[in-house]
Amino acid sequence: MTDHCIELVNVTKTYRNGSDAGNNEKIALNDITLTIHEGEYIGLIGMNGSGKSTLARLLNGLIKPTTGKVNVNGMDTRSPKHLMEIRRIVGMVFQNPDNQIVCPVVEEEIAFGPENLGLASDEIKRRIDWALQIVGLEELRDHAPHLLSGGQKQKLAIASVLVMLPNYLIMDEPSSMLDPLGRQELLEHLRILNNQKGIAIIFISHNLEDLIQADRLVVLDKGSIYLQGIPREVFADEAKLAAIGLEPPGLYRLINKLGKDGYDIDDHIKTVPELVEAICHLSLR
Amino acid sequence: MSSIIEIKDLNFTYQPGSPYQRQALKNINFILNQGEFLGIVGSNGSGKSTLVQHLNGLLSPTSGEVIVCGVDTANNEFRNQLWKQAGLVFQYPEQQLFEATIYEEVAYGPKNLGLSELDMRNRVYDALEKVGLIPRETQHLAPITLSGGMRRRVAIAGILALQPKLIIMDEPMAGLDSIGRNLMLDLMKDRKQKGNETTVMISHSLKDIWALADKIAVLDKGSLVFYGEVEKLLGKTELLTKCHLELPDYLQVVYSLAARGLKVNTTIRSIEEASSEIIKLLQEAEL
Repeated sequence: MTDHCIELVNVTKTYRNGSDAGNNEKIALNDITLTIHEGEYIGLIGMNGSGKSTLARLLNGLIKPTTGKVNVNGMDTRSPKHLMEIRRIVGMVFQNPDNQIVCPVVEEEIAFGPENLGLASDEIKRRIDWALQIVGLEELRDHAPHLLSGGQKQKLAIASVLVMLPNYLIMDEPSSMLDPLGRQELLEHLRILNNQKGIAIIFISHNLEDLIQADRLVVLDKGSIYLQGIPREVFADEAKLAAIGLEPPGLYRLINKLGKDGYDIDDHIKTVPELVEAICHLSLR
Repeated sequence: MSSIIEIKDLNFTYQPGSPYQRQALKNINFILNQGEFLGIVGSNGSGKSTLVQHLNGLLSPTSGEVIVCGVDTANNEFRNQLWKQAGLVFQYPEQQLFEATIYEEVAYGPKNLGLSELDMRNRVYDALEKVGLIPRETQHLAPITLSGGMRRRVAIAGILALQPKLIIMDEPMAGLDSIGRNLMLDLMKDRKQKGNETTVMISHSLKDIWALADKIAVLDKGSLVFYGEVEKLLGKTELLTKCHLELPDYLQVVYSLAARGLKVNTTIRSIEEASSEIIKLLQEAEL
């Protein structure tokens, strides 16, 4: 069903190279065909400059493909009349939260989007409470955003996207500023949003540890899809990842090493305690 | 060893007397010696950035003393000169680039030191090489055309070119890919090996810095809850849990196995060592 997915069909995106007046074009994405379904949890990986952020910006029509097309639930992102709806459906949290915070009070910042949708004020209030609670910023609702720490700003940016009740949530390196607890909380929130609210998550990161809970990983290299699959398959191919400068999470590197020495560890392990359990089990046999 | 940073009873309150008044640092005391690598860890909002902004005189203590390179930063005249000796790399430094070319960007600091053209060029080239950029190929590029990770390198080169005694970096690894991270780690190692170059690095992740740091400072809600050698911190499991500090996965696995009474060596420092410890354990079990 094309109505319940984001479809990229042969998408190429080129940028003109800065100050050069000549015909100097840089290919950011090269002939990408990819479908992201509602309810999916996708991890988008690649090195700095591999085209991840370009791909993300294409998904909500922030930029348009040079050739090919992007359809969001059947709406072409090149069509201006659909843009507002596309951007509500596809929420985006940018790499640096400072880039998207505009209001002087936390609560107002979160209200900004829904106010522009023309919602009733008690509905807006209800949604704000919900979003604040999800990211854990209830106590700071009257605070000034510019006085928050980096991680708190990131939570605020997430809340102001959630409040729009998007079908798809794009997170561009959202964990880079978070401490381990904040990161765990974020991953847990995303899992809940995905499982319980059915919101599709597109999580962009070059830290593969963030993506263990994804349904599917899409690895980008130099603007093309390099590798695709469920996380444990992708993590098992250390050599192929290393060739483009990526490293599987420490847990999987350890599992892979044990596997090489003939100690096969259960495929479904995702956490340290699970691995410890598996090793204890093996040592008792 | 002589000390390069001495902090005595430092307190700092943001916007005192206003509704936003918030005490960000509470009674901080520590001494860092020249040539050491200090890692500062703690949760978001624990006061890490506030603390390091005292080290180059950007912030002045509400009470207490901050002595850097032997002089009290309360001394205005000295504080205004401190940038030459204590270089601070902010969070997301790539956002503060403003010159038209990489060369000019990196040369901006040294230019203000009154160096000769030749000295300046040497410093710029040297700094660019240290961050993995080939001067001849990159110096004429406009920073704005580069990716975020590359711009970060340029920003860091700008501070390296000042050749300060003390470099302070606020989350330099945030958002970098593994190549960028390894480059950053090599840069730190290189500074450490020189012996007299001091580095202070903030990270929200103990994983990033534990293997490199001589000293670790753990901040929790504005208080310094640990200061000392890494080895001593690793044993303090309660503190690690309370401050949400994560060890690398392989260390966690080995520590958990040891906690269950299995015979493993917990002094390992790499994933390879962890794997051979576990394999040894499993082989012994088979006998």
